[in-house]
Amino acid sequence: MREFGYQRAFDVPGAVALLGAEPEARYLGGGTNLVDLMKTGVERPALLIDVRELPLDRIEATDAGGLRIGATVTNSDLAAHPEVRRRYPALAQAVLAGASGQLRNMATVGGNLLQRTRCGYFTDVAKPCNKRVPGSGCPAIEGEHRNHAILGASAHCVAVHPSDMAVALAAFDAVVTYETADGPGELPLAEFYRPVGDTPHLETVLPAGALITGIVLPPAPVAAVSRYRKVRERASYAFAIGSIAAALDVRDGVVQEVRLAFGAVASRPWRAREAERLLTGGPVGAEAFAAAADAELAAARALPDNGYKVTLMRNLVVAVLSELSELPGAPGESGTTDLSGEAAR
Amino acid sequence: MALSTAGAITLNINGEKHTLPVDHRTTLLDALRERLGLTGTKKGCDQGQCGACTVLIDGRRAVSCLQLAVAAEGREITTIEGVADGERLHPVQQAFLDLDGYQCGYCTPGQICSAIAVIEEHAAGWPSAVTADVRPEAEAPPLTADEIRERMSGNLCRCGAYVAIVQAVARAAADTERAVGAGRAAGAEEAA
Repeated sequence: MREFGYQRAFDVPGAVALLGAEPEARYLGGGTNLVDLMKTGVERPALLIDVRELPLDRIEATDAGGLRIGATVTNSDLAAHPEVRRRYPALAQAVLAGASGQLRNMATVGGNLLQRTRCGYFTDVAKPCNKRVPGSGCPAIEGEHRNHAILGASAHCVAVHPSDMAVALAAFDAVVTYETADGPGELPLAEFYRPVGDTPHLETVLPAGALITGIVLPPAPVAAVSRYRKVRERASYAFAIGSIAAALDVRDGVVQEVRLAFGAVASRPWRAREAERLLTGGPVGAEAFAAAADAELAAARALPDNGYKVTLMRNLVVAVLSELSELPGAPGESGTTDLSGEAAR
Repeated sequence: MALSTAGAITLNINGEKHTLPVDHRTTLLDALRERLGLTGTKKGCDQGQCGACTVLIDGRRAVSCLQLAVAAEGREITTIEGVADGERLHPVQQAFLDLDGYQCGYCTPGQICSAIAVIEEHAAGWPSAVTADVRPEAEAPPLTADEIRERMSGNLCRCGAYVAIVQAVARAAADTERAVGAGRAAGAEEAA
């Protein structure tokens, strides 16, 4: 491991200034991904700026009726928070589906968004990888790609984003807030991750040196009936091979609103907007759900060994939307007013 | 900028302060084992995947192999050496002994530290990935074998002693609950 300096930041402008003074610095949150990558030489920072003591560890209701989640809130605290569990249950489920209890206690929300792919070629410095060394090639396309992307990939990279949390955030239109030397800014999560194209090493549109300060969840009454379902190769403590965050509001058999996002199928959380468009205003039922999934997945381009994901995602859409449509207590008028009442408390 | 890549730190471990110079690359795990002689905490994968190095940091379980020692300064660290009350074993330690919750014993310190936290997390009402309804209005899930398996999934046992580990965690949780209940009853009597 390369030797590095270490500084603890106690306020946001101080952290941003430290990074501005050292181009090879990185922010350190829980370290569950960064420290691991430093051990293998994938990451070689000259300075770590520890952001764990920054005053960004709160979860608060917004005036609009949503939630503001600080960047240093741990995964554990996010998943245990009563308002997260009440208003956005799929977000709590997504966080609980990721990693282990130990890692969730360490990992932070900001770091979760910026974690790197677990593609075996990316994490092995002896192998070529366009994400790690631009222009060196992508061995996954001809090699091990059972768990790689079926949507939005390119000839330069087929890696998937590993976060469960980000999939639920994508479904709920989260906004990422950040701070730079020039002041604060914000980005909708839908625009936060770059398309892969020929620059897989550039993963987000965050300005250089920006520090993520938090996430804002807009009010979403539909999210009160939501579900995150994750498929993996063992029952627990593994990355997804396919996952889905879904929320559904049905009245009189007609879909009023639906949210769908896919995980482990692309370089970013995949919001299934085409499926949502087809379902909205239409009937519920396995046939309608399957047709919407097929429309969304028409853009899928499978590699020789990951075509199973197309079927998997189709089945997940049908199964999870069927489950949600059969649940009692879909968000009717009472649910909506209750939520705003909670926010005011 | 000339960066110092090493320095003296003070770690608070099991209630005792230890000051030591460290290279910033030193993990808490290596500081415990190689520098302070606290070898109860074990090194398995050194990649955060096996849980053998689990300790409690500010009361919460964490893998010490991914925790830089310098970043642990100022925090309360509890290792397996610090969980007993003097000569009296922690209820989780006792349950692992009584029910043979191990074979070779290498993963056991991590299993025990993790289980101590699992019981506290469950008592605090935290849901898990196998909790059917995570909403706060739902009844807290009982600590079933399924819940224990999910909550303990960050601790691998290559001997495969899982059956007895689950039983030990369940018994320790029940013992803790009884002790808390008895404490409450005693407190109520005193108040009366």
